[in-house]
Amino acid sequence: MTTTVYVPGDAGALSVGAGEVAAAISAEAKRRGVALDLVRNGSRGAYWLEPFVEVQTARERVAYGPVRAKDVPSLFAADFLKGGTHPLSLGLTDSIPWLRSQQRLTFERVGVIDPRSVADYVKHGGYRGLERALQLSGADIVQAVTASGLRGRGGAAFPTGIKWKTVLDQSAPQKYVTCNADEGDSGTFADRMLMEGDPLSLIEGMTIAGIAVGATQGYIYLRAEYPHAHAALKAAIAAAYQARYLGADVAGSGRRFDLEVRLGAGAYICGEETSMLESLEGKRGEVRVRPPLPAIKGLFGRPTIVNNVVTLTSVPWILAHGAEAYANYGMGKSRGTLPIQLAGNIRRGGLVERAFGLTLRELLYDIGGGTATGRPIRAVQIGGPLGAYVPPAHFDTALDYEALAAVGAMLGHGGLVVFDDTVDMARMARYAMEFCAIESCGKCTPCRIGSTRGVEVIDRILAGVDGERNVQLLEELCETMVQGSLCGLGGMAPFPVQSALKHFREDFRARV
Amino acid sequence: MEHLPSEQSAAVRRIVAQHKERPGPLVEVLHAIQASFGYVPEGAVPVVAEELNLSRAEVHGVVTFYHYFRHTRPGAHTVSLCQAESCQSMGAEKLAEHARRRLGIDFHQTTADGRFSLEPIYCLGNCACSPAALIDGELHGRLTPEGFDELVAAKAKPAT
Ligand SMILES: Cc1cc2nc3c(=O)[nH]c(=O)nc-3n(C[C@H](O)[C@H](O)[C@H](O)COP(=O)(O)O)c2cc1C
Ligand code: SF4
Ligand code: FES
Repeated sequence: MTTTVYVPGDAGALSVGAGEVAAAISAEAKRRGVALDLVRNGSRGAYWLEPFVEVQTARERVAYGPVRAKDVPSLFAADFLKGGTHPLSLGLTDSIPWLRSQQRLTFERVGVIDPRSVADYVKHGGYRGLERALQLSGADIVQAVTASGLRGRGGAAFPTGIKWKTVLDQSAPQKYVTCNADEGDSGTFADRMLMEGDPLSLIEGMTIAGIAVGATQGYIYLRAEYPHAHAALKAAIAAAYQARYLGADVAGSGRRFDLEVRLGAGAYICGEETSMLESLEGKRGEVRVRPPLPAIKGLFGRPTIVNNVVTLTSVPWILAHGAEAYANYGMGKSRGTLPIQLAGNIRRGGLVERAFGLTLRELLYDIGGGTATGRPIRAVQIGGPLGAYVPPAHFDTALDYEALAAVGAMLGHGGLVVFDDTVDMARMARYAMEFCAIESCGKCTPCRIGSTRGVEVIDRILAGVDGERNVQLLEELCETMVQGSLCGLGGMAPFPVQSALKHFREDFRARV
Repeated sequence: MEHLPSEQSAAVRRIVAQHKERPGPLVEVLHAIQASFGYVPEGAVPVVAEELNLSRAEVHGVVTFYHYFRHTRPGAHTVSLCQAESCQSMGAEKLAEHARRRLGIDFHQTTADGRFSLEPIYCLGNCACSPAALIDGELHGRLTPEGFDELVAAKAKPAT
């Protein structure tokens, strides 16, 4: 029997040499006359171990990492195809503590299956959620999503079932399901990993959404910075059409659902849902004034579901296992699991899916192992470029929407960016304002002008001009932006600045 | 306004024709033009406007809204360095300084020999392997100044 070897085709794994490792394994196998089946899976998310190579042995998968191309001959010499030991041995994949401690529901197949194969997807539980959904009425599907407690994972944490119900209740000749795959926040990559490692689960989630609310057309709005995800999605959509899971007769149900990918073009604001809809219509991504809600008047003026990749990808699991099973995870009003992304200056960075409720300290130290540089952690930015900087004094806070809000932070898309004690928080504050100035859609003054003024004021503080007065000015400016901006870009860009001023004020002094 | 040579206008018209029937086609059309020309030439704007029945101002407004659409021909190789927070926490600024010196250009510029364009980019979704860069569509992570030099040297070698 030919042995199956897994070398991730995930962009992050490729970025540290997985492509070269795969080529070296093929070449060495050929040289030795050994037949093997090389599968390019997604990443398990343990990025510090990438390139992470696995071998399917008689019983379980055995792992090696981080493997470099030059390690390949010695892996063969150590008989890794039979699970032989080698200095890079990590043991059985399922017994690696970093992975074993996780609760993977949404990510259950990522890194496990061949993302291009519908057969592999189905073999690992895929399309069971759709099968169940096709036995239910639209209202019952929506009810299941509501009962699961699922809240949008894109940032705003709005209950998904309520949004779907609004769309269901509209009568219109055409409705849409759109997936927000703009993932612009620094420190986040969960959407990317899902789209590359298990794209069919997103397709299944969107199909269920379409069946539930009576929408026959779906669009995935993907950022242009993700060429690998683009290729993976296109291949998976083609495979799903081929297997008749998309198109005029979804899984033999007589129901239609069509799906296509549209590319963004490097504008952060297009992650904001109304800006995304404008962009999908081929226009400038200027934010729309609400109301009307997209659920009532969305894409091309029709009722539209807008959900994040993680949100939609969680739906098949909920349908397949039941709303209650999902709601049993989590704490308070944060139900289910959250794919957390550990990023930046962290020793064991990557994707950690756990039930809500873990503390920051557990994440950063027990799981993440502290900083990569070995220096003390000084600050963690949670929730992307619009998220607050959290100081060590708050590290006992639980990962939960409400608990974080209570300390002035927000969970957003679940990304944590770690900084060591060399970070200059005044510069990070300046960057937040500069980023807002670059990315502002220009529709309202507090954001467009305020952010540029913010950069100037911080520059003056750092130059030693009227420090006291300018710090006060900066605080007032932040308040104006928070109060007066039309959308979350101008409305939240001050959060990192305000948190830096609050917790790291000593950094706002003149530089020589 | 720069005018496109007739065979290029014809190419633009062909691109528009391929996308015209899809709903909201303009951004898709601009992507296809950039994929084919390497940038969106100013002279393509009136052609696209005419073919899609839009005003020039509308098309121009969309081209300039999106950072991804280039207005000038790029170098043979495009180096995009991530400058967002996670990469900053792992030395992206130092790496950018090194890249500027090594290539002798600033962000948004192209080397005089037309070989390299240097661009900032804000997150590549590779934040667990920061600092990251995208070079000619290939993603790189845990990038050091030495690693950067190797990649650039490999690109600078004339193709054999
Ligand atoms: C400036 C800004 C950027 C945003 N970027 C994203 C993004 O990249 N991805 C995303 O899913 N949601 C993003 N959002 C949130 C969306 O507006 C919206 O709430 C979300 O897509 C809804 O999906 P969900 O309910 O599944 O989270 C952003 C919001 C703002 C204000
Ligand atoms: S806050 Fe900024 S991004 Fe949002 S609508 Fe106003 S100008 Fe546009
Ligand atoms: S911040 Fe650089 S890859 Fe995400």
